[in-house]
Amino acid sequence: MAVPRSFLWTRRIFLTLLTAFVVLPVYVMVSSSLKPLEDVSGKFAWIPSGLTIRPYFDIWETVPLADYFVNSIVVAGAATVFSVAVAIFAAYAVSRYTFRGKRVFTVTVLSTQMFPGILFLLPLFLIYVNIGNATGFALFGSREGLILTYLTFSLPFSIWMLTGYFDSIPRELDEAAKVDGCGPISALFRVIVPAASPGIIAVAVYAFMTAWGEVLFASVMTNDTTRTLAVGLQGYATQNDVYWNQVMAASLVVSVPVVVGFLLLQRYLVAGLTAGAVK
Amino acid sequence: MTQTAVTPPSERAVRAATPGGARAPRRSGRRRIALPYLLLLPALLLELLVHLVPMLMGITMSFKELTQFSIRNWSEAPWSALDNYTVAIDFDAPVGQALLKSFFTTCLFTVVSVGLCWFLGTAAAISLQENFRGRGFLRTLFLVPYALPVYAAVITWAFMFQRDNGLVNHVLHDQLGIGDSPAFWLIGDNSFWALLVVSVWKGWPFAFLTVMAGLQNIPRDMYEAAALDGAGVWKQIRHITLPSLRSVNQVLVLVLFLWTFNDFNTPFVLFGKAAPEAADLISLHIYQSSFQTWNFGTGSAMSVLLLLFLLVVTGVYLLLTTRGRKTSDV
Repeated sequence: MAVPRSFLWTRRIFLTLLTAFVVLPVYVMVSSSLKPLEDVSGKFAWIPSGLTIRPYFDIWETVPLADYFVNSIVVAGAATVFSVAVAIFAAYAVSRYTFRGKRVFTVTVLSTQMFPGILFLLPLFLIYVNIGNATGFALFGSREGLILTYLTFSLPFSIWMLTGYFDSIPRELDEAAKVDGCGPISALFRVIVPAASPGIIAVAVYAFMTAWGEVLFASVMTNDTTRTLAVGLQGYATQNDVYWNQVMAASLVVSVPVVVGFLLLQRYLVAGLTAGAVK
Repeated sequence: MTQTAVTPPSERAVRAATPGGARAPRRSGRRRIALPYLLLLPALLLELLVHLVPMLMGITMSFKELTQFSIRNWSEAPWSALDNYTVAIDFDAPVGQALLKSFFTTCLFTVVSVGLCWFLGTAAAISLQENFRGRGFLRTLFLVPYALPVYAAVITWAFMFQRDNGLVNHVLHDQLGIGDSPAFWLIGDNSFWALLVVSVWKGWPFAFLTVMAGLQNIPRDMYEAAALDGAGVWKQIRHITLPSLRSVNQVLVLVLFLWTFNDFNTPFVLFGKAAPEAADLISLHIYQSSFQTWNFGTGSAMSVLLLLFLLVVTGVYLLLTTRGRKTSDV
C-alpha cells in the first residue's frame, strides 16, 4: 500500500517526540543514580561529571530498604494470588451460569471502581481496629490487613476481564469435559483455566502492579515493621538534605522487578484486554 | 468440613433466589443453582468487607459529629443531621470556598489530562499499527511509564521539577534562556502544569494499550476495501479506524476520567501531604482537610458529595453514549 509522505513524516516526528517524553525521566533516574551527592545537589548536568555506584550500596543503609522490599513482595504477591483465585471463581460463575442477582452483582462490583478511596479509608481503618480489638487478630498495621485491602482493589477489573475471556472460550469445551465425567469445578480447572491462561496472566500482572504501586493505604495502614516500598522511599529525604542520587537508585531498584515482569508479560495483557475489556 | 460450614448461607441464598422453589425445574436441582452463589461468595464477602460496608459507614459518618475523641466510638457520636454538609457547601466560608476551588481545579485538570492521554494513546497506537523497523521496541518502550510504580516515577518527576537542581529549569532557563530566574514548579501557579505533565506521562500508556487492543478487532479487509476505493491513509483513519474504536473509547474515557478524578497518589507523592492551591486535587484536599483538622464528619460529607457527583456524571455519560445502541455489552 502506498503510504503518503505526509503521513510518514507526521508519524516520524510524533514518535520521536513521544519517545523523548517517555525516556526523559528514565534517563534522569539512571544517570542521577550514578552521580555523587555533590553532583545531584548542584545544577543538573546531562552528562555526569564522575560516575559512582556508591548510591547503590548506600540505599540499603540510609533506610531499611531490604525490609520494605520483603514487605512489598509478600503483600503484593499474596494479594495477587488470592485476588486471581477469587476472580477466577467469580468470573466462572458470571460467564457460565444464569442466576438471580447476576446483573446486580456485576454492576455493584464494577461500580466500586468509582469510589473515591478517601471515602472508605477511615471506615476501613476503624473496621480493622475493631476486628483487632474483638478477636485479637491485628489487621491494622499488619501485612494481612494490607493484603486483604489490596486484593479487593484489583478484583472488580479482574472479574470483568476474566468474564470476557471465559466468554470467548467455546462452551463446547465445557460440554465435552462434562461428557467425559468432569464436574463443574474440575471442568473449570481442566478446561477453562488452561484455555484462559493468557487472560489469567494478564489479570495477575494487573493485580501485582496495583498492589506494588499503591500509596494511600500503604501510608496510613502500615507501621515501622510492615512499611512497604511505597512509603519507605520517602525516607531518603531528611530534614537537611535529600539524597537525590540514592532516591533515584532506590527508585530504579524497586522498579526493575515490576517493569521487567510487566514487559515480559505485556503481550498477554494486550490479549487479555482484547478479549475482556474490549468487546 | 469447610463444605458444611459454607452450606447454610448458600441454601438461604438459593431459597431467596427461587421463591416457592417451583420456578426451578432444573435438572439436578439445588446443587446446580447453589453453585454460582458459592463461586461468588468469596468475592462478595471481600467486596462487602473492604468496599461496601466501609462505604455505608462513611455515609453514616457524614451525618455525625466526629472529633479525634469521638472517632473511636464513632457509632455513639452525636447525630448532627446535615451540619457537615452545610459546612462543606457553605461557599462563603473558608472550608466551602476551598472545597469549591479544589473541585473546579480537579474538573479542569481531569478534562485536560484525559484529553491528552486519549490523544497520545490513540495517535501512538495508530502510528504503530503498520509494521516497520523498531515497532516492537517502541511498543515495549511506551509501556514503561505504565509499568513503573507510581511513587518511583513521580519521585523522579519531583526531582526533575526541583528549582535549583532539576532538569526542567536547566533546560528552560539555562539552555533555552526562558524567564529571568529559574521558576518554581512545585509551589505556586506552575504546580498545576507540573502535575499535569506527570499525570499525562503516567496515564497515556493505558490509553495506548487499550486502543492497541481495540485496533486488533478491526478486520484487515475493511482497509483493503477502502484502499481499493481510493481512500488514503488519513481518510482510512478518519472513516474506518476512529469509528471502529467508538465502543473502546467509551469505556476508555470513562475509566480514565474516574481514575484521574480520584487520583490521590500523584499529587501526594509530588507535593507531599498538602498540595499547592493551584494543583489541589480533590482527593488530596479531602484527605488533608480531614486529617489536619481531625474533622472526619465534614471529610466524610465531602467524600459523599464527590461520590454523588461521580455517580451523576457516570450515569449521564452512560446514557448519552449507549443511547441508540441496543447491545448491552457492559
